[in-house]
Amino acid sequence: MTDSSQPVLRTPLYEAHVAAGARIVPFAGYDMPVQYPTGILAEHKWTRESAGLFDVSHMGQAFLVGPDHETTARALEALCPADLVGLAPGRQRYTQLLNAEGGILDDLMVTRPGEAEEDGVLFLVVNAACKEQDFAHIAAGLPANVRLMRADHRALVALQGPKAAEVLARHCPDTADMAFMTGRTTTFDGMPCHVSRSGYTGEDGYEISIRARHVATLWDTLAADPLVRPIGLGARDSLRLEAGLCLYGHDIDTTTSPVEGNIVWSIQKRRRLDGGFPGAARVQKELAEGPARIRVGLLPEGRQPAREGSEIQHEGRRVGVVTSGGFGPTLNGPLAMGYVEAALAAPGTALTLIVRDRPLPARVVSMPFVPNGYIRKK
Amino acid sequence: MSTIRFSKDHEYIRVEGDVGTVGITDYAQGQLGDVVFVDLPAVGKTVAAGGEAAVVESVKAASEVYAPVAGTVVAVNDALSANPGAVNESAMGDGWFLKLKIADRTELDGLMTEAQYAEYLKSIS
Repeated sequence: MTDSSQPVLRTPLYEAHVAAGARIVPFAGYDMPVQYPTGILAEHKWTRESAGLFDVSHMGQAFLVGPDHETTARALEALCPADLVGLAPGRQRYTQLLNAEGGILDDLMVTRPGEAEEDGVLFLVVNAACKEQDFAHIAAGLPANVRLMRADHRALVALQGPKAAEVLARHCPDTADMAFMTGRTTTFDGMPCHVSRSGYTGEDGYEISIRARHVATLWDTLAADPLVRPIGLGARDSLRLEAGLCLYGHDIDTTTSPVEGNIVWSIQKRRRLDGGFPGAARVQKELAEGPARIRVGLLPEGRQPAREGSEIQHEGRRVGVVTSGGFGPTLNGPLAMGYVEAALAAPGTALTLIVRDRPLPARVVSMPFVPNGYIRKK
Repeated sequence: MSTIRFSKDHEYIRVEGDVGTVGITDYAQGQLGDVVFVDLPAVGKTVAAGGEAAVVESVKAASEVYAPVAGTVVAVNDALSANPGAVNESAMGDGWFLKLKIADRTELDGLMTEAQYAEYLKSIS
């Protein structure tokens, strides 16, 4: 985590956020916009109905560079449980950095460039709060012929929502036909950039990695589109919560395994069978026998939110804790996720959340809470 | 005639006789953002000056609302359960939280007048 004695950092878009009237808060060592003048509810709904523009330049970007794809992928497979050797050109995968006990050090996105001349390169995006430790951890675990090259000169912007494809195609025509979880090197009004069709909202959309000196132009161009509004970290959190997506440091951390975190879909078959990643023994044991606890979606009755830290009870007995909770603007009600004993994880299970010392009835539900809008075609 | 007083925690109390209507100021609702739920106390509850009287939940977080003076809750604004957004739209009007039977009117002297509160807001912004 970031040392509070360090100076607060700013992304290259800080001035644009202030000019747009954003409320700025410290987050992961950066001064970041938590909301713009219209507020979180309006920003959330705009993203679900049109297109939201997010500055995520605080996140860590890096290239892993080796002599060929297999060598680079194997180097990262020594640290992560995803099948990266089998990642096809132009494809993207979600995975985690694991510690020796199978706990999650961070979660990240890995993209294999589509171009033949970039064979042996993987593009990584990690969480802002973890990036220094992540990059040190990765660099320390690499063989001599694979290097980690930080991309601190790059900014990252997300454009998310059902109108994102229409908007981006005006500036990057070759992004319209991209499938979910693919990446492409392209240009935005002539400026070189890397675009992936992915995000953190549950909507269709893109993340655009571009040189920091070009990002203000890209941001101003997209923000000027009548279908687009800037969206702060507040709505980013409510959007990802409705989408059932984990927030590192809350829903997953060094104490939780990918099996407990209910993200085993991100561990492909070969890795489940062969292991060969940190903590594989624990992960394989939990896959075979089932974990003792697991992350579930929780729907409180009524209107009152249950926040992170709320105790989860079953018939008067403590069975877990809420790890993220709040209000879902699209769901139009409270929602939460948390860990419960595996025997109580079935959808429909009636549980009790303790909020300010009072019991709040809730039930386990499958996630996402709101249907996602991913474009899987092609 | 009613008198209005303000706390440093951005609650107001509008006093008529020995009953005060308590809510949060327009500045406070702007800081909180969109209100999605208000947890109101039971009628009959006694609260100390500065004690927790209610909890207001925005999309992001839960925040305590403190009683500006000691008293007994004699009414709560049930309309907020169906329309918590009234706190944003009309913090000083329809968005009131509760009515207190004031235990000791001299406690009002420790609060700010409207002009003093306006100066206070300038000093913190």
